Amino acid sequence: MRTSSGRSGKHGRRMVALVAAAALGAGLLTGCADDGDDPAGASSKRGAGGGRTTVTIGVFGVFGYKQAGLYDAYMKQHPDIRIKETSIERNENYYPQLLTHLGSGSGLADIQAVEVANINEVTTTQADKFIDLSKAKGVKKGSFIPWKWAQSTTKDGRTIGLGTDIGPMAMCYRKDLFRRAGLPTDREKVARLWAGDWQKYLDTGKRYQKNAPDGTSFVDSAAGVYNAAVAGSAQRYYTPGGKPVYEDSPAVKEAWRIATAAAKGKLTARLQQFQKTWDQAYANGRFATVSCPPWMLGYIKEKAGAKAEDQWDVAAAPRPGNWGGSFLTVPRAGRHTDEAVKLAAWLTAPEQQATLFEKQGSFPSSRAAYDLPQVADAKHPYFGDAPIGTLFSAAAEGIPTQVLGPKDSLIQQNITDVGLLQVDQQGTSADEGWKAAVRSIDNALDR
Amino acid sequence: MTALTAARAPAEERRRVRRSRRYRRDLRWSPYAFVAPFFLFFTAFGLFPLLYTGWASLHRVELTDPTHMEWAGLHNYSRLWEDDFFWNALRNTFTIGVISTVPQLLMALGLAHLLNYRLRGSMFFRVAILTPYATSVAAATLVFVLLFGRDYGMVNWALGLAGFDGIDWQNGTWASQFAVSTIVIWRWTGYNALIYLAAMQAVPSDLYESAALDGASRWQQFRHVTVPSLRPTILFTVVVSTIGATQLFGEPLLFNGAAGATGGADHQYQTLGLYLYEQGWVNLHLGRASAIAWTMFLLLLLIAAVHWLIARRLRKSR
Repeated sequence: MRTSSGRSGKHGRRMVALVAAAALGAGLLTGCADDGDDPAGASSKRGAGGGRTTVTIGVFGVFGYKQAGLYDAYMKQHPDIRIKETSIERNENYYPQLLTHLGSGSGLADIQAVEVANINEVTTTQADKFIDLSKAKGVKKGSFIPWKWAQSTTKDGRTIGLGTDIGPMAMCYRKDLFRRAGLPTDREKVARLWAGDWQKYLDTGKRYQKNAPDGTSFVDSAAGVYNAAVAGSAQRYYTPGGKPVYEDSPAVKEAWRIATAAAKGKLTARLQQFQKTWDQAYANGRFATVSCPPWMLGYIKEKAGAKAEDQWDVAAAPRPGNWGGSFLTVPRAGRHTDEAVKLAAWLTAPEQQATLFEKQGSFPSSRAAYDLPQVADAKHPYFGDAPIGTLFSAAAEGIPTQVLGPKDSLIQQNITDVGLLQVDQQGTSADEGWKAAVRSIDNALDR
Repeated sequence: MTALTAARAPAEERRRVRRSRRYRRDLRWSPYAFVAPFFLFFTAFGLFPLLYTGWASLHRVELTDPTHMEWAGLHNYSRLWEDDFFWNALRNTFTIGVISTVPQLLMALGLAHLLNYRLRGSMFFRVAILTPYATSVAAATLVFVLLFGRDYGMVNWALGLAGFDGIDWQNGTWASQFAVSTIVIWRWTGYNALIYLAAMQAVPSDLYESAALDGASRWQQFRHVTVPSLRPTILFTVVVSTIGATQLFGEPLLFNGAAGATGGADHQYQTLGLYLYEQGWVNLHLGRASAIAWTMFLLLLLIAAVHWLIARRLRKSR
């Protein structure tokens, strides 16, 4: 009896060790899964007893809700809600991860942000994985800019994303460089130089380059010109039926012509946007104009620094276009969909959008916000007290409803980063550059 | 009493047999239980993804809908055969691999030889040459991007001082590949030097003494004693460096931080790793990306086989 119990004891210890090892392995596995999944899991279980629900929100880059104090304000109003934001720096890394999480139905936050470049792909291919927000409580369709609302709405009328900010484009320019080149510096007069036509913008560039201060160029990059010019047209890369037509699109051809003319006319500083050299050129005042959506103002201020204070100003662009902006979506597979819908509706309501603009410079996609004093009276001290509220509101109203397609960003990226970059920086001819872009796009689209 | 002991004896015997059988079983199977966790993890995170990637490479599958797979046979592979971008990436991988690996290993050998001398503060130098290896790819690459900047880069500034024109490091084919290679060389030279140094210190010193007695100079000692003794080590570093060069990814990716995976306007420094990433995570074609991944895997197997053949011949010739 004793010996047998002793033996079973030894045997038992080994079993315990094995079980412990297995449990440790399994624990590690589930541990990994849980972390990626939903850190709220544990606390929501506690929530049943303690009355606290954690709503998670996944974003890319800086959305500014936290910085503008919006989460704190919401949690004050709703003591039983806790908000937890996770951010991935770049959308290029955020978006593929979102797709894999949607595919597997796990690892999703309760609210997921989607960039405007991806919203069509999500709306056309993934709509059934999201909650229809058009009829959700607290959401007013009428307060959004119509084209913004249309971008996240499916053909059968389900709206899966609520607009956060938009990027109506103006033109930022350096007064000191304009003055030295013999051009007007007043923002009204500057806007009149090129109003309504990108060709006039090119002509202004030629005038600038004639008397240009040493080592400066009229515009930063050909790609920047292309982006701004193409963003103002209703039809670009797809037909309304969803067929890719970028090769024959008149808007693309015209924007390409303008951008390559700028490159060949030596109006550009031959830079690539968002690269270190671009930042250095800001710091050294190497170019006189750059297309700027509201979110770019903060970037310019940061990179050009204190010594360029009061040198930059903002004027209306030749034609208004949109660059950037996002949506908040609520995936069905989230844990607290009801609370998430409420929070998303609140975050995108006019008052909150106006606050976000005041604190963070993200321009409202809510038309109703434009009349609020935070927007209507907004001036930017760094840019010579430019009335950015009215300036960008006017631009936003002028943007046409764009036909989007699932691969818009891919097509545009290959046009700018392959085709135009070759023309601008490697001296390739416009025709060769276009052929290279088309080859690259066809490969990317798997045609 | 006697009847009792007689009855107990066979029971005792049986128990002993059972115990020894258990003991033997324990001895035989326990090691497997101990190594099992590794193999479980390997199956989950190594073998399964490998096989799954192979399976996915035979399908049309997009990242927008990864559960929907459409059988495509060898289409993804045959497509690669006609894919200019793939061949371009393969060529770039090869050229960047050569211009980074060859100078790197030669320099490492030289450095190790110098460090092998008796010198003051040798520990300091040994740690110092390893520091580049300890820095992250991202940090190192960002610094090199600044150094190789077109307008304000230090390299062009120095060239200017010497009376040369600045070079557009990102846009020239050779210039950009050279710039990417310098990052690789900078990071890995010290690492390889330390491996060589370790091997050098295992060379018996009487070999050097007798060589010195025969009147061999330092250089002759290096050529006729050090290098032959280091042959297996050199082969090892060549294998490791070749594998590393084939998988080159972070340096070219961050060399153009804004454009991401295109590897320059003309794809002039797009490596296989970058092309795989572009297909999978930018263009969202998981099937094609998987096919590239498997092609890379097969390429590595091929390279390993070649190395093995060389190693065998070396061993025979000895």
